[in-house]
Amino acid sequence: MKPAIVAATILTVAAGAASAQSVIRLATEGAYPPYNLIDDSGKVAGYDVDVGDAVCAHAHLTCEWVTNDWDSIIPNLVSGNYDAILAGMSMTEEREKVIDFTQNYLKPEPSSYVAASSDVDVKHGVIAAQTGTIQAAFVQESGATLVEFATPEETVAAVRNGEADAVLADKSYLVDYVNEDPDLAFVGEDVFLGNGLGIGVRQSDTDLRDKLDAALAEMKKDGSLNALIDKWMPNSEHF
Amino acid sequence: MFASCADPGSLDGAMWLACYLTSGKHMAFYASFGTVLVLLLVTAPVALACGFAGAVAARSDILPLRWFGRAYIAMVRGIPDIAFFLFVPIALDQGIEWLRHQVKCPDWDLPVRQGSDFVVCPAAKMPLSSAPQWVHEGYGFALAVLAFAVVFGAFAANVLFGAMRAVPRAQIETGEAYGMSGRQVFWRILVPQMWVFALPGLSNLWQILIKATPLLFLLGVEDIVYWARELGGSKTSAFSYPHPDWRLYYFLALLVFYLLLTHVSEMVFSRLTRRLSHGQATLAGDALRKAQA
Repeated sequence: MKPAIVAATILTVAAGAASAQSVIRLATEGAYPPYNLIDDSGKVAGYDVDVGDAVCAHAHLTCEWVTNDWDSIIPNLVSGNYDAILAGMSMTEEREKVIDFTQNYLKPEPSSYVAASSDVDVKHGVIAAQTGTIQAAFVQESGATLVEFATPEETVAAVRNGEADAVLADKSYLVDYVNEDPDLAFVGEDVFLGNGLGIGVRQSDTDLRDKLDAALAEMKKDGSLNALIDKWMPNSEHF
Repeated sequence: MFASCADPGSLDGAMWLACYLTSGKHMAFYASFGTVLVLLLVTAPVALACGFAGAVAARSDILPLRWFGRAYIAMVRGIPDIAFFLFVPIALDQGIEWLRHQVKCPDWDLPVRQGSDFVVCPAAKMPLSSAPQWVHEGYGFALAVLAFAVVFGAFAANVLFGAMRAVPRAQIETGEAYGMSGRQVFWRILVPQMWVFALPGLSNLWQILIKATPLLFLLGVEDIVYWARELGGSKTSAFSYPHPDWRLYYFLALLVFYLLLTHVSEMVFSRLTRRLSHGQATLAGDALRKAQA
């Protein structure tokens, strides 16, 4: 391609971009109901999305949603492709080395094992988990054999087709599968991982973090966050 | 779509399926077929242009230009497509941002590379983070088109390079005997005649290009493979249309689509070969001449 054409294209795109209003770009995965999903009209929805929209309204920010694969969601935040992550992401020490979190918008949740038969040994069997999650890290340390998948849906599919003995994921995600599929059942004991869900922002972006933090504090006080918990996460604790 | 689709839970059978297949998400799926076709229609001419430039460079009399042309062909042909597809968009994106960073933020004192992070000043971001979502998607798509064009351009360059050499020497000599300049011989004799030699190779390349479009999915563009996986995955009642794992059917539909697409292009290419063979000093051209006589 001719350099002149490339330069012209870049200039046009840049000019089009510069005239737009300042927008905060929020990233989610869109594959982890009820936290985040792409609904049947093709739009993002879920607890994360409603919280994000409400936080932006409280902080008087114009926000826009982006979907990004889970495994590159932190690198793309750090390199500035978007400004914040709301993707059912638990705050962990490891993640806090790379990005900053606001205060929690959901208290720590139980993670559960789901299997196709009740006699599965979750300590020594083959356990499926999504790559880069706290559950995957936990399985790795528990002594069981970990098989990782890029999307949450594939982890459940792996149990259904016998590739894995059980799957470990957030209970709120798995509960619908167990209720609707007679072959699947919870096994073993729930585990508590992480320090609750937070909004992830770049470490250099303290201004945005403070704004989002203040908005979350407001929503906890006026009860609107609890209303969203009732809507999407009926089994979760209120603030 | 239909008014009766407002409450999917109450539907069953054909009506449920009709509503399911016309949901907003499916509309995005159908639109993504357009994305693939647009990619093909944009990439093919750009790749052909890259290939033509590459072939001309590779047979240039100017030594550095010839080196450049040959190196381009050899390098891209020798590197796995996927590695190149992952490399080109990232390298282009960071290269463009780095250049803009140098121009727009000369007094920025932080390093651009901080560990694994690539951080340029906000004004140098490409596109700007304040840009609407469609600009980001368009930019990603443009980078994907460029990556495809660079890779397929190298293959096309190789095909055209060979085709230019296949044009009978006698044709060139005749042109020279008429007193045409080198440039005139190239444009009036060589280029019009080389296409028929290039066509089998180019049609092969087109088929490979069609089959390579699912790589868009790797580049983060929401193409038909992305939507097939997203729609086919099992859905619980968190969605309006719960269903078990239907990925098999969705991927089957993709197989049919690609088979149809390659079949149609096969037919177009055979007609094109026939047309281009008219009056050519080749076996096919000779057969056409005899059939008419």
